[in-house]
Amino acid sequence: MALTSDDIIKVGTLARLALSPTEIDRYTHQMNDLLAQFERLQELNTDDVPAMSHAVPVAALLREDVIKPSLPREVALAEGPKTDPWMGGFVVPQVMSE
Amino acid sequence: MPELYELSATEIAAAIASGTVSAREVADAHLARLEATDGDEQSGVRAYITVTPDDARAAADRVDAARRNGESLSPLAGVPIALKDNLCTEGVPTTCASRILAQWKPPYNAAVVEKVNAAGLIPLGKTNLDEFAMGSSTENSGLFVTRNPWDRAKVPGGSSGGSAAAVASLSAPLSLGSDTGGSIRQPAAFCGLVGIKPTYGRVSRYGLVAFGSSLDQVGPFARNVADAALLLSVIAGGDERDSTCVPRPVPDYRASLTGDITGLRIGVPREYFGAGLEPQVRAAVMTAIGILRGLGAVVDEVSLPTTDYALAAYYIVAPAEASSNLARYDGVRFGFRPEGKFAGHEDLFLATRSQGFGAEVKQRIMVGTYALSAGYYDAYYAKAQKVRTLIARDFERVFADFDAVVTPTVPTTAFGIGEKSDDPLAMKLSDICTIPANMAGIPALSQCCGFDGNGMPIGLQLMGPAFGEETLLKIAHAYESATDWHTCTAKL
Repeated sequence: MALTSDDIIKVGTLARLALSPTEIDRYTHQMNDLLAQFERLQELNTDDVPAMSHAVPVAALLREDVIKPSLPREVALAEGPKTDPWMGGFVVPQVMSE
Repeated sequence: MPELYELSATEIAAAIASGTVSAREVADAHLARLEATDGDEQSGVRAYITVTPDDARAAADRVDAARRNGESLSPLAGVPIALKDNLCTEGVPTTCASRILAQWKPPYNAAVVEKVNAAGLIPLGKTNLDEFAMGSSTENSGLFVTRNPWDRAKVPGGSSGGSAAAVASLSAPLSLGSDTGGSIRQPAAFCGLVGIKPTYGRVSRYGLVAFGSSLDQVGPFARNVADAALLLSVIAGGDERDSTCVPRPVPDYRASLTGDITGLRIGVPREYFGAGLEPQVRAAVMTAIGILRGLGAVVDEVSLPTTDYALAAYYIVAPAEASSNLARYDGVRFGFRPEGKFAGHEDLFLATRSQGFGAEVKQRIMVGTYALSAGYYDAYYAKAQKVRTLIARDFERVFADFDAVVTPTVPTTAFGIGEKSDDPLAMKLSDICTIPANMAGIPALSQCCGFDGNGMPIGLQLMGPAFGEETLLKIAHAYESATDWHTCTAKL
């Protein structure tokens, strides 16, 4: 079942990407090509095969729960595109309507 | 008398330790070489996105002061190194060659950067890559294209193309890259270098900007095996900040370079020698296999039947993990945010991501989002993770009887800039021999095994069982000692 441009727009919305008409066209073609490649995997019987969760077997790594210093607030804020140092936070568009 | 920039890392370290030359002189010689070969837009190699000469000279001066004070120097103290620009460097831009991180200065160093600094290596700057390490030619860089030092009309490979080009153009004897599906080994092959993708979990990923978290590993580039072994010893080892990093003792990898591979069993998987393999690459690899046999290795044909499925499974797993990892770029906490007023946070996210990411990155986010979306997860991601288990079992079966396998690194030599950029599937085939090692988590190494008729390097790949780096280095070193490909350098 081939993907349509509507499918691509929907996936774009899920991925938070606003796609131009050219991009929608390009990704429709490219993703259909890729999905055709993916179909080959159905040739392999994986009924009793566990999914790989980690490439190398490792036991859960535990460590003592020790409090350590974290990034100072001003350092954490320093690279924000829009911040309010006085309030001590990142500035985002209004979330709630008035 | 060779120029300082022509020396290997091992030679530089020895010269500094003996006082024949200062670390400052070494740094200056490499910075001058870098300036002469790299920056020019028309003809330069363009390996570097950011050069940090002041930091490099200051670090070199610290090494010289330590030596004057009689402090013991680590084995690579004073040796210049280039760092792929997806490794976080405190206060130094880390762009991932993406508009979305173009101005970003991380507040901390990656674990491997900490280790490189602590070992007294001298970072010269940050190198170009395919945006977020997604690509096989460095043409997907959002900033500029890097050229192959052997032929500047050709690509250096990717995604760590800048790190490879830096070492091949002699502006640095060592560099670090990252390898998710071949991004160290393929450019190492295209540029005639040694490149190692360590076992998954051998090297900390802390501070490596995440692409495919279950596949990514940091690893070295060098012009010979001993240099690569030394750098691997520096960067390997456990790290509590990366829970997938295995706290296992780090051997002195240089000690494994004995030159003796008598009786080592090396498999030749027939699936890596099929259609699409250029005759000149096949011939060079077969000649190399003959040399390994002549050195006393026991060579036999083997089969890894799931090889042909690794590419398709990879192009589900890697984009799925990338789409999740790249969700953090939202224009709020760091990086790019477009100018203008936004109707709400969704509007801000859409504008930031649509303007900030390049075409290849968007495509992979789209594929990954689709593969993880409701109703498709089992058909794609879960299926691909089961296929990974089959790929890993294939290797386990072969490594029960063999110490390593040998294959071409890439089916071709470096292709022309622009030649494959409109054909994403052809580009992805460039990784067909390298992807299986990432899918299985095993270590793999590429080294030069000859040149094609146009003078472009050919790569030989060795793969081994998990944590089998010492065996791979031993074989590669024995091969290198019997040949002189590693002494060839690009004429610039």
